[in-house]
Amino acid sequence: MSRLTGAGVLLRIALRRERVRIPVYLLLFTILVADTAAQSKSTYAAPGARAEYAATVSGNPGLIAMVGPPYAVTNVGGDVAWQLGGFGAAFVALMSMFIVGRHTRGEEQSGRSELIGAAPVARAAPLAAALLVVTGAQVLMGALVALTMLGLGRPSAGSLVLGASLTGVGLVFAGVAALGVQLSQTTSAASAIAGAALGGAYLLRAAGDVGDGTLSWLSPIGWGQKMRPFAGERWWPLALSLVAASALAGVAFALRARRDEGAGLIASRPGPATARGRLTTPLGLALRRQRGALLGWTVGLFVSGLSVGLTGRDAKALIGDSDQLGTILGSSGGDIVDQYFAVSMLAMALIGAGFGVQAALRMRGEETAHLESLLATALARRRWTGAYVAVAMGGTVIVLAANGLGAGLADAINSDDAGRLPRLLAAGLAPVPAVWVVIGAAVALFGLVPRAVVAAWGVLGACVLLTVLGPLLSLPGWVLDLSPFEHVPQLPGGDFSAAPLVWLCAVAAALTAVGMLAFGRRDLVP
Amino acid sequence: MADGAIDVSGLVKTFGGLRALDGLELRVTTGEVHGFLGPNGSGKSTTIRVLLGLLRRDAGDARLLGGDPWHDAVALHRRLAYVPGDVNLWPTLSGGEAIDLLGRLRGGLDPVRRAELLERFELDPTKKGRAYSKGNRQKVALVAALASDAELLVLDEPTSGLDPLKEAVFQACIEETREHGRTVLLSSHILAEVEALCDRVTIIRAGRTVETGTLSELRHLTRTSISVETEQEPSDLARLPGIHDLHVEDRRARFDVDTVHLDETIRQLAACGVRSLTATPPTLEELFLRHYGDELG
Repeated sequence: MSRLTGAGVLLRIALRRERVRIPVYLLLFTILVADTAAQSKSTYAAPGARAEYAATVSGNPGLIAMVGPPYAVTNVGGDVAWQLGGFGAAFVALMSMFIVGRHTRGEEQSGRSELIGAAPVARAAPLAAALLVVTGAQVLMGALVALTMLGLGRPSAGSLVLGASLTGVGLVFAGVAALGVQLSQTTSAASAIAGAALGGAYLLRAAGDVGDGTLSWLSPIGWGQKMRPFAGERWWPLALSLVAASALAGVAFALRARRDEGAGLIASRPGPATARGRLTTPLGLALRRQRGALLGWTVGLFVSGLSVGLTGRDAKALIGDSDQLGTILGSSGGDIVDQYFAVSMLAMALIGAGFGVQAALRMRGEETAHLESLLATALARRRWTGAYVAVAMGGTVIVLAANGLGAGLADAINSDDAGRLPRLLAAGLAPVPAVWVVIGAAVALFGLVPRAVVAAWGVLGACVLLTVLGPLLSLPGWVLDLSPFEHVPQLPGGDFSAAPLVWLCAVAAALTAVGMLAFGRRDLVP
Repeated sequence: MADGAIDVSGLVKTFGGLRALDGLELRVTTGEVHGFLGPNGSGKSTTIRVLLGLLRRDAGDARLLGGDPWHDAVALHRRLAYVPGDVNLWPTLSGGEAIDLLGRLRGGLDPVRRAELLERFELDPTKKGRAYSKGNRQKVALVAALASDAELLVLDEPTSGLDPLKEAVFQACIEETREHGRTVLLSSHILAEVEALCDRVTIIRAGRTVETGTLSELRHLTRTSISVETEQEPSDLARLPGIHDLHVEDRRARFDVDTVHLDETIRQLAACGVRSLTATPPTLEELFLRHYGDELG
């Protein structure tokens, strides 16, 4: 038997399971590339706008840290390469991590690979099949990027190098993920290892790009950017990516050959033998179950807030003469920087509402798994739902405060004026009651139609559509008024009035009460 | 019945068009271990969920420890402990944390008894929920329930994943529970376990109670297998009432007899001069198969 017996069959199974997901990833990424190029072309069409934009970007270290070194943002291709070199690279890295994790550690954790392993299948075959799938997906992704840029009339050398640079990053992180799944026993810990590697690569790149560039050479994302698409292309950094990817995969295969099925090199830590008092209350349990998500959302929105704060001063130059953005920002006059902040904070609140919906829908997840045991104790249903509502609503305050704090800090440092911090903190918190309404809707759905509770995401999606597209489509006022976010006072800079916030809180409370009462009267449903 | 721990009559529960419980009767007296039997999908777990106030009954009466299982759920749950058939632990909580969580939400558990049970069941409380095997997940729920001082234990197929040694530990624990005067409702497929532990059993099918009583009462309702050798050919046997599956070869006969007709059958045999006789009382398995056997054939 060869060392790869069975890999062919596993490859076919993996492709079958990925037949929707990989095409969706590729389609989304292609749309992102095409849209970035189209935006770049139209936004800075006016004479001089592009030069002003380039000067702004090059003079803003915060932006360079967030996005990457602007080699040639004066041309559309170079601008796309700049915008995608960092964020796009992170996207393709995540795609690699998901695919590799799902077909290796995911299979082991679920126990399915035990069935596979009992068949005449070589030990290394599942990893080999996963790496083949991910390599194919990344090569296809690079080709689609190149073709998209070519199709939009960009130079061929730059188009090819841009595609190849992203493929290179994707392959390195496929190797990182392959190594990560050997180390840990669970998919979540494997994702954490690979995610930490991605975060580290991003930070190294950021530090290097702001400094003299040396540190960027230690980062796989930096290698991609150093290929300089549309800005004096170089192919040789791709060799670094390929060598690193092969080396990582080689180590992963060597470790796989030595370890047991289902085991990881890092043994999973034992937990405490007894529970601390805090855990054994409904609120303690709800918090314990969601602290990871809460921490992730808080850090994520804090960093997003920082990026909003860093770019605020340059809003005028960055926005250029985009009609779309002008329409969204409104033509009400006033300080364009304040308007930019107000729109950004509202957009961030719509994203942060994702935490609230996720936290509220956890109730449904618990109902289908553990709730029977809990409600068979002396725990009243109302106390249990109350704990989850408290985490969802309280967590929303924390997440949105982190966003306002990040924006406020960055803006205060950027403008050397500590007084600007509270303005943006207030702007970050202003949409909290609107998010509470969405959470209330999720709780009501949970109580009334538990099997259709995912409709809560539809409620949030409708709010996003109304807020983002509403003004562009010139929808009538009463339609726009359906979105709770429409009633959030425009901060900073706008007139503050507490009345709509009080109304929103009342609506949120009513929806939550309906949901809790309905849950108290219904059967548990699997 | 004033002293009933569980008193259910005419219980109906429908899910959409499906009538899961169709006039079910179940009476459990205080202090007894009551076996609750039925094939998969017959409504055992649904009954238990109604009794725990997790499902609302559509019709009929249900009393639990003298209260209403739906309206008095929280107060009643302080007095009972429950082990579900499919124990689903929190993946990131250790087994010990899950035991304490369930115990304290119920109103506290005895730490000495908890430690003793962990030792008897040989359960490592520091493992995370996702790392336990099926049997070990059940042990977590069993320790949480048995370490409480609940008056009533509601156990839904609690031992389907336990090894024979732990099964013996479980049976010993239930015996101790009975000695302390507590009540147990034990839903189970392991008939030897029910025979060993239960004072009375209720057998249900398709949401209805088909048989209830002590094991000896139930045996009385069914057949005893007889194998006999007589001095004269036992020719009159076929004319007796309650004789089934009769095989006669010379002076040897094998047959089943309805237990109510056992007495006259033995008299008739005695008249023929009995040389040897083996009588096998029905096992619970035969009781069970008699009620469900037609599903097989």
